Amino acid sequence: MNVNLKIWRQRSGSTKGVLKSYRLENIDPNISFLEMMDILNIKLVKEKKDPVTFDHDCREGICGSCGFMINGRPHGPQKATTVCQLHMRAFNNEDDILLEPFRAESFPVIKDLSVDRKAFDRIISSGGYISTNTGEAPEANSISIDKEYADEAFLSSACIGCGACVAACKNSSAMLFTSAKVSHLSLLPQGQREGKDRVAKMVATMDDEGFGSCTNTGACSAECPKEIGQVNIARLNQEYISSSLSSFLKKKE
Amino acid sequence: MTEFNLFSKAPNGELHTKWEDYKKSLKKLAPEDANKYKVIVIGTGLAGASASATLAEHGFNVHAFSFHESPRRAHSIAAQGGINAAKNYKSDGDSVMRLFYDTIKGGDFRSREENVYRLAEISKNIIDQCVAQGVPFAREYGGLLDNRSFGGVQVSRTFYARGQTGQQLLLGAYSALSRQMEKKKVVFYPRHDMLDVVLVDDKAKGIVTRNLVNGKIETHSADIVILATGGYSNVYYLSTNAMASNVTANWRAHRKGALFANPSFTQIHPTCIPVKNDFQSKLTLMSESLRNDGRVWVPKKKNDQRKPTEIPEEERDYYLERIYPAFGNLVPRDVASRRAKEVCDEGRGIGPTGFAVYLDFQKAIEEKGEDFIREKYGNLFDMYQNITNENPYETPMKIYPAVHYTMGGLWVDYNLMTTVKGLFSIGESNFSDHGANRLGASALMQGLADGYFVVPHTAMDFLAKEAPLMKDITDRPEFKEAKDKTEDEINRLMKVDGKMAVDELHRELGKIVWDKIGMARNEAGLKEALTEIPKIKEKFWNDISIPGSDKDVNQELEKALRVKDFIELAELMAFDALDRNESCGAHFREEYQTEENEAERNDQDFKYVAAWDYSENDNPKLFREELKYSNVKLKTRSYK
Repeated sequence: MNVNLKIWRQRSGSTKGVLKSYRLENIDPNISFLEMMDILNIKLVKEKKDPVTFDHDCREGICGSCGFMINGRPHGPQKATTVCQLHMRAFNNEDDILLEPFRAESFPVIKDLSVDRKAFDRIISSGGYISTNTGEAPEANSISIDKEYADEAFLSSACIGCGACVAACKNSSAMLFTSAKVSHLSLLPQGQREGKDRVAKMVATMDDEGFGSCTNTGACSAECPKEIGQVNIARLNQEYISSSLSSFLKKKE
Repeated sequence: MTEFNLFSKAPNGELHTKWEDYKKSLKKLAPEDANKYKVIVIGTGLAGASASATLAEHGFNVHAFSFHESPRRAHSIAAQGGINAAKNYKSDGDSVMRLFYDTIKGGDFRSREENVYRLAEISKNIIDQCVAQGVPFAREYGGLLDNRSFGGVQVSRTFYARGQTGQQLLLGAYSALSRQMEKKKVVFYPRHDMLDVVLVDDKAKGIVTRNLVNGKIETHSADIVILATGGYSNVYYLSTNAMASNVTANWRAHRKGALFANPSFTQIHPTCIPVKNDFQSKLTLMSESLRNDGRVWVPKKKNDQRKPTEIPEEERDYYLERIYPAFGNLVPRDVASRRAKEVCDEGRGIGPTGFAVYLDFQKAIEEKGEDFIREKYGNLFDMYQNITNENPYETPMKIYPAVHYTMGGLWVDYNLMTTVKGLFSIGESNFSDHGANRLGASALMQGLADGYFVVPHTAMDFLAKEAPLMKDITDRPEFKEAKDKTEDEINRLMKVDGKMAVDELHRELGKIVWDKIGMARNEAGLKEALTEIPKIKEKFWNDISIPGSDKDVNQELEKALRVKDFIELAELMAFDALDRNESCGAHFREEYQTEENEAERNDQDFKYVAAWDYSENDNPKLFREELKYSNVKLKTRSYK
């Protein structure tokens, strides 16, 4: 198959970017999207041109490195699929394919399709953990957890931190990402002790990092490659209200 | 064969109490004293993140480096199946001793007894630690932790979180690390490649890094350096490792004097999605846990072109069940891989290339129901379908072995210190615990054992005997020299200006390593490899092309620096495989096999760890660590 690519080229965060066109012919529809990008880059290298920079690593849809906009959608057209798991058979012969980096103020462009998502790490650092030092843990089976809760916690914890939710949101909100971590920990008995403090700190950091507000459009879950659901946001809101209320009551005392 | 000159420093005493007794004898530092020391950790996967977090908890100032943008991207995240621990929750007779024995036997008696016992002992603490962190392991309806079985063992001791155990464990370690970052006890340097270790008075006191965003070459000093940089499977070009996994940090340490042990011990995982075309960039693993319910088979007839569903039961050869009735589909990885190669070499392989076998779930689906299979392996089945466009609920999976893990690595003593003082190596980057073959669900166990529970104690002991630097010493000439050398190398690379992309050359290298130092090796092939690899090296320095600038993001330059080291490593692998005139575990020398085509070990002459010293212009020099077994009897592995 043949494809016509339009790719955002930007040398660094401080320079201006521009869309450039590239055509690739005789592409095997069974190769992955990133393998198609490899072919393009090898071609560019041979022409002594700067290849397209994009983040990727595991190519198994789990490390969360990859991700850019394909025809306006984070990770492209296929539901619940990261770019690295997308195959060329998802496109038609002679398709025009537009590639742009994730657009969000909190994710500055590093080069071409690669963006800086360190803001996510800072949200986690502000409270996305259970405070326990190595060696202090009690015997594992001394804590029994309902399978139902453990399974739900797992589903929230399956977030890969790729940033598609932010890119999909018209407000560039990081609510789905933050709420997935809050949910994961608050669903488990080990995580509940620090719950109120955690949600307050993580939401404050999220705001400080410049992410926008959540207006519950659900675009984030719709585009999430791991199908992290809206229920996480509901859980965060519940935790947040209970946290605000309890600090309000404390002040009253 | 008498020249044994490496000593493990493993303490004497009774095996069962050795580590606990030894730990008590190690020197400690109170947090306020630990605060005077700076520790550099390279790599923030399972081993690096857990070590960084724990050292910071003890009061050390940790500077952690990764070429990734975030610790959560490390390749540990891709581990699927699970983590072993001798908890005996299933009351199926499991114990520390049994996990120890399975691991030693699985490694075909080429690992160090004391290290393996310590690993088995610590396995239990790891599960406790991870549960306390909130790792959502699979549970039973009663609320307690669930287990499953893995290859090479007959008990259920593997803890798991669907097919994403590595992800959940890494997120646990990452959360512990993040907590210390918030406390400013860990400074994290994202997108930094380590390009050299700096030695001052023969001790590791710092590193040279390249900032991958602006190309700046920087130097950093510290009291010790810990390498947690993973394995080198990508020397084969195609492997299940992530694209950027590399040997560079380890290789640069090797060039500075750290011996490299058993480099040719590389694990070929039996259940991967087969290679489909020349553009393939990497291979995808299908977790070994699938062999709990999947049955491996090929047609009895050669060149059988029928669809698998059209081949009747009596015309199928479930060869693992046939040859190994006791372990069946759950034989260790090296055995399963070699047998798959054998049936394909006979012409009974399936699929368009003939290099694949079936992994069939039909019986399990009939007996246990599709829902049961979906619950257990859903994400793996989805991944398979997405890649191959075939539905494994309806038609059997096609699988073939692929490179997955490297047992070899930097030689370390019982303290996990390399032959360079003050330079430690943990997790997959060292050689220590898996001998000639690693059992499934043991890599996560080792990474976390080293990081959470071993190196924090042994590094503290080392530091307690060293005066702290208390200042930046990067103005010393050793740092300037190392930095100049690194810059010079990059300048030379940028000037090559040939016509080949680095990937193309890497693919050529990978083909040689796979054909000659892969699943089966022989003397003639290894000697050919030793004449072909230098040609690749020459081509590298004449033909590659790196467009763009080195003062900018330059992924071609990053790859070139890595491939350059892979070429040198490949040569060492050939020397190592050639030296070892026996077959053991994953190292299968065709000249040394039994009548039943099993590996023929030679304990008389090769019961040693081969640790190689780097030489710029000469062949590498071999040092040997003799392996002593006082608690297990050496036996021929049998899984029949």
